[in-house]
Amino acid sequence: MTIAHRFDYERPDTLSGVLDALARCGGRARVLAGGTDLIGWIREDLIAPDVLIDLKALDELKVLHCADGVLQIGAGVTFNQLLESDAVRSDFPLVFEMAGRVASNGVRNRATMAGNICSAVPCNDSGPVLLVYEATLHVAGPTGTRDLSALEWFLGPRKTALQPDEVLTGITLKKPEGRHGGCWLKLGRYKGEDLAQASTAILMLENGETRIAFGSVAPVPLRAPAMEALLKGRTPDAALIAQAQAMLSDLITPITDVRASLEYRLHMVGVMLERGLPAAAERMNGNGPDYGTTLI
Amino acid sequence: MKKHTITFRLNGEPCTLDVEANELLLDVLRDKVGVKSPKAGCERGDCGSCTILLEGKSVRSCLILAVEVDGQEITTVEGLSRNGLTPLQQAFLNHNSFQCGFCAPGMVLTVTELLEKNPHPSKEEIQEAIAGNLCRCTGYQPIIDAVLELTKK
Repeated sequence: MTIAHRFDYERPDTLSGVLDALARCGGRARVLAGGTDLIGWIREDLIAPDVLIDLKALDELKVLHCADGVLQIGAGVTFNQLLESDAVRSDFPLVFEMAGRVASNGVRNRATMAGNICSAVPCNDSGPVLLVYEATLHVAGPTGTRDLSALEWFLGPRKTALQPDEVLTGITLKKPEGRHGGCWLKLGRYKGEDLAQASTAILMLENGETRIAFGSVAPVPLRAPAMEALLKGRTPDAALIAQAQAMLSDLITPITDVRASLEYRLHMVGVMLERGLPAAAERMNGNGPDYGTTLI
Repeated sequence: MKKHTITFRLNGEPCTLDVEANELLLDVLRDKVGVKSPKAGCERGDCGSCTILLEGKSVRSCLILAVEVDGQEITTVEGLSRNGLTPLQQAFLNHNSFQCGFCAPGMVLTVTELLEKNPHPSKEEIQEAIAGNLCRCTGYQPIIDAVLELTKK
């Protein structure tokens, strides 16, 4: 099946070329990275841009670099590049664990983390993980560059803080201080499927902080400050986990759709806490299941 | 809309043609170039039947515009087996790994990529690699068996 909608295609080889093209097209353009969401959306008539501006000629966006505990992920970096990076695996294990569960190998060879959060569907996998690492997002626009926290990024389903004349150029994560451990739990129908029915990212830090974020159970990926306050400085035993589970119905707003019912999603996020909190604590202490082991 | 002249290498041979921006790589390969091994299945990246190798990496040709691959190298099953079946294809044949064959080109290319990176994969690693290649005939077991037998030697 071909794409009925017709559009132009540009592949600038400089960032200023990308910004010029965006300025010229005034909101009628879309930026193309891996295309694994965008091309499908165009074919399904969800969007109808006049121009696609391909980022893949920009070598500066293909940088994946880690130094002094700071990980820089260029907008052109694919999930398989993240998965294969030793620095990601050792210092940002939730990124490793998440990247390995994004769709399938053939999609991960093409799909980028930056594209994933620009698509900003409620079930995106990168969002909860970037929220618990409190990542910084780098945006370039006609008047210069600006940095945003991941916490400010998601505004609604497929809506982000990015303006039509701006482009997301990269993502920076800082390695947490001291020991840390966590997990990424994603519920899907089968491995190799892209869309999560529910997901949870948990990051525990040596200072007693536990950061939690959920995906697919609200219009945007979201942190759970009230639950984090409950868990702060405490060992997640059965009684504490039950208290955390009891808070869920006030914190998340899952919906019923073709992939899962509201009740099932709510229940399974509870199961994720039950399995994920102890696993995160064990991993912080240097044991527990290897990263990449499926916990749900 | 503007036509784009693109040149890429297909199975080692240069290939130049004019495309519009909205033409999918899968359609161009099948209908304009005549390479029929990539199949149109789900056409949304879930099933893996349109898999090709782009710069040696398995990708979904149903989610790529033809204009994006200008200057790049594409391999399909036609290229892999130009000099006869590869050992992997022979192993699939020996194990009756496929019935209808619709998933076969995608499976062959996906496992070819896996074996380049990991010549002796475990059963779990094979399952992970082909998780995005759906087969509705055989239940996957003879596919996995063939790869395990080929790579244990």
